[in-house]
Amino acid sequence: MATYRLTVNGQPRTLEAEPEMPLLWALRDELGLVGTKYGCGIGACGACTVHLDGVAMRSCSLPLGKLNGEAITTIEGLSAEGDHPVQLAWLEHDVPQCGYCQAGQIMSAASLLNLTPDPSEADISSGMSGNICRCGTYSRIHAAVKTAAQKLS
Amino acid sequence: MSTTRTNRRSFLKVSAATGGGMLLGLSWLSSCQNEQVAKAAPSLVMPEEWVTVSAFLKVGDNGVVTIMSPNPEIGQNVKTSMPMLVAEELDVDWKNVVVEQAGLDTEQYSRQLAGGSQSIRVAWEPLRKAGATARYLLVAAAAQQLDVDAGELRTENGYVYHDGSDRKLGYGELASLAATLSPPEEVTLKAAGDFKIIGHGKKNVDAKPIVTGQPLFGLDLQRDDMLYAAIVHPPAFGMKLKSVDDSAARSMPGIRDVVRINAAPEGVELQWSDVNAFPELVAVVGDNTWRVLQARKALQIEWETDSAAESTDAQRQKLQELLDNGTAEEARRDGDPEAAFARAAQVVEATYSAPFLPHNTMEPMNFFAHVTADKAELVGPIQTPEFLRTTVSRLLDLPEEQISIMMTRMGGGFGRRLYGNFGVEAALISEAAGGLPIKLVYSREDDMTQGTYRPEYLVRYRAALDEDGRLIGFHVRGTGTNESPVFANRFPAGTVDNYLAENLSSETNVSTGAWRAPRSNFIAGAEQAFLDEVAEAAGKDPIAFRLELFDRAIEDPVGEENDYDAERYAGVLKLVRDKSGWNTNDDKRGVAAYYCHNSYVAQVLELEMKNDEPHVTEVHCAVDCGIVVNPEGALNQIEGGITDGIGHALYGQLTLTDGVPDQQNYDTYRLIRHNEAPHAIHTHFVESETAPTGLGEPSLPPVIGALANAVYRQTGQRVYRQPFVQPRELRG
Ligand code: FES
Ligand code: FES
Repeated sequence: MATYRLTVNGQPRTLEAEPEMPLLWALRDELGLVGTKYGCGIGACGACTVHLDGVAMRSCSLPLGKLNGEAITTIEGLSAEGDHPVQLAWLEHDVPQCGYCQAGQIMSAASLLNLTPDPSEADISSGMSGNICRCGTYSRIHAAVKTAAQKLS
Repeated sequence: MSTTRTNRRSFLKVSAATGGGMLLGLSWLSSCQNEQVAKAAPSLVMPEEWVTVSAFLKVGDNGVVTIMSPNPEIGQNVKTSMPMLVAEELDVDWKNVVVEQAGLDTEQYSRQLAGGSQSIRVAWEPLRKAGATARYLLVAAAAQQLDVDAGELRTENGYVYHDGSDRKLGYGELASLAATLSPPEEVTLKAAGDFKIIGHGKKNVDAKPIVTGQPLFGLDLQRDDMLYAAIVHPPAFGMKLKSVDDSAARSMPGIRDVVRINAAPEGVELQWSDVNAFPELVAVVGDNTWRVLQARKALQIEWETDSAAESTDAQRQKLQELLDNGTAEEARRDGDPEAAFARAAQVVEATYSAPFLPHNTMEPMNFFAHVTADKAELVGPIQTPEFLRTTVSRLLDLPEEQISIMMTRMGGGFGRRLYGNFGVEAALISEAAGGLPIKLVYSREDDMTQGTYRPEYLVRYRAALDEDGRLIGFHVRGTGTNESPVFANRFPAGTVDNYLAENLSSETNVSTGAWRAPRSNFIAGAEQAFLDEVAEAAGKDPIAFRLELFDRAIEDPVGEENDYDAERYAGVLKLVRDKSGWNTNDDKRGVAAYYCHNSYVAQVLELEMKNDEPHVTEVHCAVDCGIVVNPEGALNQIEGGITDGIGHALYGQLTLTDGVPDQQNYDTYRLIRHNEAPHAIHTHFVESETAPTGLGEPSLPPVIGALANAVYRQTGQRVYRQPFVQPRELRG
């Protein structure tokens, strides 16, 4: 066990945990931030996507011991009022079906647009392919990312 | 047909400040309702007082209305579309409506179940009547208050108007009185032409909480003192638990208990929903999901053989043997099929197969349970709460009245959560751990290897054509693990004089069950691919060939029991032909049409080959589901079903080696991804005033046929075996 001092959504948070514990379970079960989802635990579905210093990471595959004081952003902290352009685009396109994958999708999209503000179709397709949606909302996700890119530019 | 229950609770008035709108105070979800509602609809001002007018409805003093959504929400959007039915007849402004998920309450609601795309179809009358009944009461209250005849009043957007005296009263001012009045025996419902909410797209009522990551799902549930649990089930079908040494696991950090449970003890009667290959389990209970998942690796467990360890190759051989030589059950016979085949100028024959499919809901199975001596509280994702309650009652020997079940929003269902073994397990674990409140969480591997899989199927079709390319005989013979996929009375039954349908089924110890559009999810693709081949042999355009068959079924149907309406069937095919600009002579696209779950769907699909794999670029889809209650949600369902169907037909497959599933997570199991999915899906609804039918499933089955036919037209190769893309290395 070790003590970890994290910065999550701009807030300092402290917890006691094993260095091997993935950030995902620290966020969910220790800090009560359940917006970040569990889907596979092996970095293959994207449901657990968070930002480390603004860049998308799979929190299920990120042990606490590997963190280096990066600013952690989860879906709960992507925007104060739920009005990040990506979130607004998701509402506009009524993207979710079951909704379970969508926090991860949104975090991936926000990171993609941070790195590639004016993405091509191919950029969107490859940038969003790490996130699985069993409900099959990809066509709406695709359209929503384009809308968000326009809003951001 | 279910009926409206108008028996109301006695007059109830509660203050929002002290927990208004929390009549289901037993649940975690509703206990933070006001907070959740505020996040879902921040622009709404919450009332100070709520009045319960009926089981479906609470009216706030400021006119804001809470509509209860009784059915489980699995992503099929009933939490939006079903309250729309109530709101329409209540005559309120949708902007002033908040929706609250109801828990299981069989006294107030009927059919609280998500399955078979039936929610909207079954609720169409009762929910509108519930809205109309409440409106009647509000009008009656206004008549008393204004001292006029109810006949002089009209309603609009949450107000009752008396035009004669130019007065109006808001529903919020009337609710207290309305709740004391007796409901009418009969109510009149609006004509379809007068709908203001039905038929007008409404966005998902949970969209805001979803995109902001608010707790909605079973997996998100947290309670003070709640612990987490993980199960260990046998590594292979055909094995069972022998002994366990838990000493190492017990001493690991955060671990509170290790228990053994049995969900199928001798002498307890189980139900259809209790499909479970592994009733005897070990469970680890602790203070963090990751810790219990770690600790279970430290368990020393001995397994023993219970029945045969089956492998996919052997199972497939067995099905093939059965198909070739087995004695079938004859499901339908018209005319003299043998004679028709004997005199045919041409016989077309083809055999199709499909593998086991796990459901792979993105939210893995989980459930919260808190079982004490005299009550059990369960919260979680379940499509069949009523059945879960019955099984839990039998296993805990606790009366049903002492068991409460709250349904959470579900991260997908697709049939998996019809079988509530995880809910049962959670209750048994809580009990065995001495009444601790626990949340059972399946890992992805647990979820994929302990499934109720879509069965393996195998079907052979034969068609007899005469010299002029007319279909004179048709024979379908199907088999599968635990069930045959054949629907004897579906198309083309009824269109051909000589017809034979046969079923055979083979048993397995692998647990199987309903998977989005059961049986149709395979047989539609097989049948529609076969008809394409038959049309080609007959020298006809595939759409024209099908329309000829429908003409026959319209003019002079064969047999009495044909499950479909041939005119509506032909209607969607013509609509998709026209909308897609189908080119009869030289179209490189694939076409298919299918009827299931009371709805009709036809598709034209375009693809290109990329690295030897089909990549679907565009789909046109025509749908006849009667009145479209919520066009916004309906489009999403259609698009999702299409993408899901394409993905599973191309890549989905679970195989077994000696009873052990070969695929256990997404490194070896391939689900369709963003770059593989079509981004242009054009949906066209048939305009209709017929009562609405389901949409959660019907767009999936035919797309597999359209895909197979498009592959043929692009490559010249017919595809008979799913998955169409054979497995390769997957990327992480
Ligand atoms: S849960 Fe992390 S990628 Fe799937
Ligand atoms: S919306 Fe259900 S998994 Fe994506």
